[in-house]
Amino acid sequence: MCVRELLTNKGSDFRRVLSVREVRYGEWRPLWLLLAVCFVGLQVSAHAQTDDDGFRAVVSEFGDANFREKEAIAERLLDTGHASARAVLTALLEGRFFVRDQDQQPFIVESTDEDLSAFALVDVVSLESAGSAEPDQLSRVITNNRLRRFLRITIARFALSSPEVDVRVDAVKQMLRSLDEASIELLRERAAEETESSVLYEIDTALALADLDEDEAGARLAAVNTLSDRLSPDVYNRLSALLERDEDGNFVEADEDVRLAATEGVRRIDSARDFYSVIETIFFGLSLGSVLALVAIGLTITFGVMGVINLAHGELLMLGAYTTYVVQLAMPEYIDLSILVAIPVAFVVTGLVGVLIERTIIRFLYGRPLETLLATFGVSLVLQQFVRTVFTANNRPVVTPTWMSGTLQFNEAFSLTYNRLYTILFTLIVFAILLTVLKRTRIGLEMRAVSQNRLMARAMGVRSEWVDAMTFGLGAGIAGMAGVALTQLTNVGPNLGQSYIVDSFMVVVFGGVGNIWGTLIGGMSLGIVNKVLEPFAGAVLGKIFVLVAVILFIQRFPRGLFPQTGRAAEDS
Amino acid sequence: MKFKHACFIVCLAAALALPVAAGAQDPIKVGILHSLSGSMAISETTLKDTILMMIDEQNKKGGLLGRQLEAVVVDPASDWPLFAEMARSLLESEQVDVVFGCWTSVSRKSVLPVFEELNGLLFYPVQYEGEESSKNVIYTGAAPNQQAIPAIDYLMEEVGIERWVLEGTDYVYPRTTNRILEAYLKQKGVEEEDISINYTPFGHSDWQTRVSTIRRFGSAGKATAVVSTINGDANVPFYLELANQEVSAEDIPVVAFSVGEEELSGLDTTPLVGHLAAWNYFQSISSPINSEFISTWKTFVNNTDRTTNDPMEAHYIGFNLWAQAVEKAGTTDVDAVLDALPGTETPNLTGGTARVLANHHITKPVYIGEVQANGQFDVVWQTDGTVEGDAWSDHLPVSEDTIGDWVVRKCGNYNRVTDVCSGTAYQ
Repeated sequence: MCVRELLTNKGSDFRRVLSVREVRYGEWRPLWLLLAVCFVGLQVSAHAQTDDDGFRAVVSEFGDANFREKEAIAERLLDTGHASARAVLTALLEGRFFVRDQDQQPFIVESTDEDLSAFALVDVVSLESAGSAEPDQLSRVITNNRLRRFLRITIARFALSSPEVDVRVDAVKQMLRSLDEASIELLRERAAEETESSVLYEIDTALALADLDEDEAGARLAAVNTLSDRLSPDVYNRLSALLERDEDGNFVEADEDVRLAATEGVRRIDSARDFYSVIETIFFGLSLGSVLALVAIGLTITFGVMGVINLAHGELLMLGAYTTYVVQLAMPEYIDLSILVAIPVAFVVTGLVGVLIERTIIRFLYGRPLETLLATFGVSLVLQQFVRTVFTANNRPVVTPTWMSGTLQFNEAFSLTYNRLYTILFTLIVFAILLTVLKRTRIGLEMRAVSQNRLMARAMGVRSEWVDAMTFGLGAGIAGMAGVALTQLTNVGPNLGQSYIVDSFMVVVFGGVGNIWGTLIGGMSLGIVNKVLEPFAGAVLGKIFVLVAVILFIQRFPRGLFPQTGRAAEDS
Repeated sequence: MKFKHACFIVCLAAALALPVAAGAQDPIKVGILHSLSGSMAISETTLKDTILMMIDEQNKKGGLLGRQLEAVVVDPASDWPLFAEMARSLLESEQVDVVFGCWTSVSRKSVLPVFEELNGLLFYPVQYEGEESSKNVIYTGAAPNQQAIPAIDYLMEEVGIERWVLEGTDYVYPRTTNRILEAYLKQKGVEEEDISINYTPFGHSDWQTRVSTIRRFGSAGKATAVVSTINGDANVPFYLELANQEVSAEDIPVVAFSVGEEELSGLDTTPLVGHLAAWNYFQSISSPINSEFISTWKTFVNNTDRTTNDPMEAHYIGFNLWAQAVEKAGTTDVDAVLDALPGTETPNLTGGTARVLANHHITKPVYIGEVQANGQFDVVWQTDGTVEGDAWSDHLPVSEDTIGDWVVRKCGNYNRVTDVCSGTAYQ
């Protein structure tokens, strides 16, 4: 195979292979290149021929090897220094490496999309197209976690010379997971020509970790000093290992200066970890609290403002979640956008269901809390069964958009998950909008008027029945939007509502009935208390403690954190 | 009504086709005791359909002992005391010859006294915590040594795991299983500080703190794995949180004992890819008998998207074992069938053989599978041949000397050292 043939090939994969070949010949095997240059024409191709045959023979061994053997074969593939090694190992990692059943020939498959009726085959040596085959005629060479980890670390070596900075940083981080002489050598070479500081920073970490094994105490001390501002677990583990004693009671690290520096390093990482774990706990608490507040805000309006004990509130959350599922089904091409589309759709759908419930059932039951309680409980059962009939009793898969997965990394010891950050943000936005609607719009004014004094409001010309329907619809719609957020946190199934209904009531009662500020603060404080307790008491006991604390609190302050004042409160 | 009518026609047709067939004889009654409503309906309805399919197939072959089979389906509605009531009505009023049923351990514990009192016969198809061997129950699901222990062996020997998180939901199955696993790990030389055991409530949905703790526990420089006995709905938020906090299966693999094909069909599998499950059967295992079973199943439920799973295979094995024992005994009388059952063999769906043991458990192969993006499993490891189900764990001090032996000793909890049978008190 010659370079020109490769260049004419359009596949981006092959272009990547080219760069590998350059790396291989240019940096790794300078001797080989010199040798190759010394020989002419035929001899070169003869040499390449045997090289290719050897490579193919090694690749063929993958077929019936166990995982340990596959690891060894992958190492031997690397040692051949063949240009196709990277492509083969990448295919193996990505599950695109197959063996044809009839003749046990290995092939790379371009794509394993389930919709394909035939897989396009690629030859393992030349990386050129080698026809196609039906999926039944091929057996995938399977990998396990250990092997994939090994492959990922191995393939990272090829990515060291990638033109993209991020890829290089990732490559060094992968290599850090398991350093050996070959990878350290590669990193040293890379360090000499690397200009990007973020890559150099990671390489320095790796080389310093390697230098901890140096014989000379000065080199070790320098390494420990380099590591002085790192927070990663690898660094921590290596530094604390230096301070341990061996079986004879001698320190593993003989030099006292190095030990002192290492002690200082361990102490510094420990205190940084303690600091960040406090922040992390607060964040976890806020995010749990924001979920609690979010599911309870809708209830604050129906229960707090209207005084309706709505046991179907959980099912309105569930409807919102199912709406998200349907929206995703409707727009499979735009999964990333579907969540954003689902928010207004869920608001409208559950809002309308809320208005329907109010108009057909609840309006006949105002002032009769026990009947309302039973009726809404009935509604919740009807809604659950409706969902079971339409969507079956099984949970439905809702896909997480890519922009919501992953973490926001501050440093090695501290990162926050995006989906929780967005949940907190979403809660605050919903809260702000609701506050604006209630305080700044006409309908909000009417809602407050009706809830404070229905007769007086009617006397002033407010259509109280219409306002009731709108208020209930608003509460239901907000529950629906909360349901959209829940799809990213839990199962979407018929029982989704039941798991949140108790929490919702708890937050509303704790925060103070009818006060949406109370709901927000109440939800957040319950979340934080829960998360602070969890590491000490465990999740089971923690939950019990919180419940008991809330009950005791309600005994002392029956009207919650922020009691309503004025005439409205006295009437109720 | 409809069913009886159909049965009548089938019987009539059979009588016409085979003049010798004893058309006048009563059908053999097969009780099905699975929740068709409530929280367990998701899992158990499938098992009811499996037995209906098996009965259907058997009737096509001419029934048993020249008699047709008739299903008696009841719905205990995921309500544990109702299981006992329903079991009593199946055995007393319906006079069924055998019952296939139960999923949760608590439902099995609730029907156990009824079956022992009325001398019924129950086939229990789900993996469970062990520490039980009843005269009247055949356990076709896995005992801990047929699922949990081999999974630990795989992680320890093949993946090189040194540090363990035992994460479970707070109830009897995880607590007993984790007690056995902890004892086993310590026997294998794992230090106390390298084992972390934690329980969360049913339906736990906020896993942030736990996952963050697991991540920290796993960053101490030793390969770490999570052994999960987390139940039902709490699984999805757990795997989601793992993915969100970027804990990959390559860093900290999670091996689960209750996540199968059926459960995976209801969720986005992306965050689970690479995590492990230990079962005695996977739909993806290729064998002629399995392909046939899968296609029969898809035809029977008339839905090509439906999956098969481990407890279904257990019912398949259980039904065939029972049918064979009935043929061997020449009667459906419970005592005669129970005498015939030990030693009975039938092919399982993965190309091996299931044999009933003296302790009323069966032999099973153990497979470790990795979750794939399509909701199926890739088998990465399997035991050589089958493993005999151990009713009483050898790894717990309270039960290491106890065995179940219904052939020679006629005792479910015979103590080999003191030579005492503690009688019907099975716990």
